Amino acid sequence: MTSTAAPVPPGATSRPLWRRLAGFNLLSAVILGVAGYYIGWLIGHHIGGPSYKYEASADENDVALLLGYAGGVVGFLVGLGFANYPISRMLGRPASLREKEGEGVGRYFGLCTDHKVVGIQYLVGIGLFLFIGGLNAMLIRVELLKPSATFVGPNQYLSLVGMHGTMMIGMMTSGVLGPFANYFVPIMIGARRMAFPRVEALTFWLLMAAGFILVTTIFFGGFPTGWTGYAPLNDQAVRGMDSYICFFALVGVSMTLLGLNMVVTIVTMRAPGLTWSRLPIFVWSVLATGVTMVLAAPMLIATLLMAALDRTINTSFFVVGGGGSSYLFQNLFWFFGHPEVYILALPGFGIVLELLPVFTRKPLWGYRLAVAGMFGVSLMSFFVWQHHLFVSGINADLRPFFMLSTEIISIPTGFIFLCVMGTLWKARTTFTVPMLFCLAWTFNFLIGGLTGVFLSDTPSDTDTHGSFFVLAHFHYTIVGGLVFAFFGAIYYWAPKMIGLRFNERLSKLHFWLMFVSFNSTFLPLFALGMLGMPRRVSSYAPSLQTLNDWASVSAFVLGFSMLIFLYNAVRSLIFVRAPAESNPWRSKSLEWQVPTPVPVHNFDQIPVVDSDPYDYGVPLLSGGAQPATAGA
Amino acid sequence: MSSSGAAGHAQVPGEPNHTRRFATIWIVATLIALPLVIFVLGPHMPPGNGSEQASGKVTDNTVLAAMATPVMLLVVIYLIYSTIAFRQPKGGALEGPAVRGDARVQTAWIVITSALVLSLAVYGTVRLESDYGAGSGNGPSPLVVPSGPKLPVQVIAQQWQFTYRYPTYGGIETTHLYLPVDRMIELHVTSIDVIHSFWAYQLGVKADANPDVDNIAFVKPTKLETFDVRCAELCGIWHGYMRDKGHVVTQAAFETWIHEQQSRLAPARKVLPPYRRTYLPEPIRRGG
Repeated sequence: MTSTAAPVPPGATSRPLWRRLAGFNLLSAVILGVAGYYIGWLIGHHIGGPSYKYEASADENDVALLLGYAGGVVGFLVGLGFANYPISRMLGRPASLREKEGEGVGRYFGLCTDHKVVGIQYLVGIGLFLFIGGLNAMLIRVELLKPSATFVGPNQYLSLVGMHGTMMIGMMTSGVLGPFANYFVPIMIGARRMAFPRVEALTFWLLMAAGFILVTTIFFGGFPTGWTGYAPLNDQAVRGMDSYICFFALVGVSMTLLGLNMVVTIVTMRAPGLTWSRLPIFVWSVLATGVTMVLAAPMLIATLLMAALDRTINTSFFVVGGGGSSYLFQNLFWFFGHPEVYILALPGFGIVLELLPVFTRKPLWGYRLAVAGMFGVSLMSFFVWQHHLFVSGINADLRPFFMLSTEIISIPTGFIFLCVMGTLWKARTTFTVPMLFCLAWTFNFLIGGLTGVFLSDTPSDTDTHGSFFVLAHFHYTIVGGLVFAFFGAIYYWAPKMIGLRFNERLSKLHFWLMFVSFNSTFLPLFALGMLGMPRRVSSYAPSLQTLNDWASVSAFVLGFSMLIFLYNAVRSLIFVRAPAESNPWRSKSLEWQVPTPVPVHNFDQIPVVDSDPYDYGVPLLSGGAQPATAGA
Repeated sequence: MSSSGAAGHAQVPGEPNHTRRFATIWIVATLIALPLVIFVLGPHMPPGNGSEQASGKVTDNTVLAAMATPVMLLVVIYLIYSTIAFRQPKGGALEGPAVRGDARVQTAWIVITSALVLSLAVYGTVRLESDYGAGSGNGPSPLVVPSGPKLPVQVIAQQWQFTYRYPTYGGIETTHLYLPVDRMIELHVTSIDVIHSFWAYQLGVKADANPDVDNIAFVKPTKLETFDVRCAELCGIWHGYMRDKGHVVTQAAFETWIHEQQSRLAPARKVLPPYRRTYLPEPIRRGG
């Protein structure tokens, strides 16, 4: 395998600056995006203007805003060059199949069909929006220092809550599949690219456009509904609601395409010899997530389209007096929403199980069981959505069924725990930073899972539904599960992705501070929920102030630990620049066998795979523990 | 239920029997923790003993916590034990045993977790139906209805307050909630605008208020007390301030209060719409 570093096109540096800036890149995308917004806004104003005169001032014109957003997104994508290929083909001209591959830094600021560039783009882009979401969380915790509203007004408070939740859920949906699966799945399966490289780039830029649209909600009054966006509350909300609708619909499109791309790539592009039973477990988790995304996300897009029509042209999907139902939105939303939370959790399973064998120097214990667990979770996630509606009065006689189906999900989830525990047994564990994050994942997800049992039990859920207990529960599964796995993945794969090492002591400091402050923040919230504090309120009983202050101060420490990570990243990646070894973890997985930096087309010769990547450990001498028993 | 299983055959001389050690620690820890959870923590479980339904859920929460304790201890002690016992020596590059699974352990795990889950679901179902929905909203036609006389009380939610109608007392609408002790109350929860949720914390009642839906919840208060009412579903900017106090009083005090309200609110009663199970929000301007 010969290393081919990214070739710099001749003359790229000698061209004048204006010549390098002109072309299809982020700059032209922003210009055309703004232009598209105003064109859409103008059209909307002419359509919606007159009929609104008798009812509201013209600046409450939802049609204009939604068309503006649509025009802006189209302009943005055209500016990035997404239209070039189809237009060239339609005109019968030869079209470039590859975009910006192997070029300089500029390839990170535009449409690039190199899956490794898209992976880095995702990591930075999503990180940026997670930072905004995190700042919102800090402001929420500042407000909750006092039992009555002091810091922000109730409207701003709800906008903060809504932006935090929506931003985090929307962005973290692609938090692992975006950066890590895009980067590593093709390498892990011995392919040179993703199945649809252009679509791959599209998912990223759609997500960025969506994130920006959600931020603009603050100019239009914010939205009062939280990330669930329930109707009929969303019907009466001001224009900021349109930002939410537009954001989530774009995230839905991005998710569908991302999942589809992953599924097709994994099914069709595996290297010779890479049979299903040799597939890395991370790739299995991406496949399970991709399937779930493709099946669940279109439901979200349809639901939000109905909400947008209700808001703009006065249809009545969710409006009671016009033949609609407020239950319909809840039903449709959670039919997407519950698979969605497993879309968030599944990649975490994959990362933890992928990393454990490397650091325990043992094969993955119970490979088939782990795969069964992931697909069991993925399948069952479509049968549980009404547990969000246990007290709503909808289908009350079906509650025992949804209680059963929800509790059944803990069986495949238990498989994952058994595989983690089996791999740890009699291991030779090295406590590197990624390994610490994996162990923390196990602890956090255990708490998240066990508190989920209280929520799945209808009588018990009657007290905890809609309270801080639920909030603590899903933060344990999403932050404690996914975000911890996400950071583990960053520390694990950064040497290959960026070719540089993180400072070990700062990384460990980040881990311990994050782990302790995370638990210290969210454990008290279980108690707060049990003591009767509802979600999404800025005022609470004065007797609950001590616990809230404890949680707030811990949350600030949690925020501070993120700053340590940022400092570590900037220091290691910009100033120190210590080069990483090609395979610092002595991993046997395929992605560590290619050189660093990874050549543009990954492999000079497509590898032939003859075993799974977990060929660690020494065979036992005495009988009874033969590998033949694998996967009961 | 450790996962060493067959690996126990490959005992290195001088190495302790980890399976037995771990199992001993786990069993001892469980034997210590379980009574603490059941007898010390249990009685303090929310939501307290304000009603039959609330007391039932104190029991439910104790049972769930008691079932979760051994599982929690199993995984946590396992994590701690294996991080201490199975470390790579400093600077070492040793490989672990190449064990890829154990059919007996996996089968046992699947059987035990399935049994736990099924028993939880059966327990939850029995508790839910035997307690008339355990204080939750049962929808417009509950499956299990308590026999005997019930006092119907309608809870009307709107942005951003609750009001209460007593249909058996002339349908008067008050801004205060008084309930007689030791009587089965039939709450009819509905909304006239967006979705709210009626949460009477000490009574263990939570029922969503949906427009055009009559969501019925049963509760039998057993304690004379003042309880907290909060909205538990995000309903707009003043959601956090949509709260109230309710009162459980003696039957005699309730009669006195309701008759006083009847006479005081008689003029207002004339302009109220007649009592219905749901009220359509006004105005509706749709379809054009």
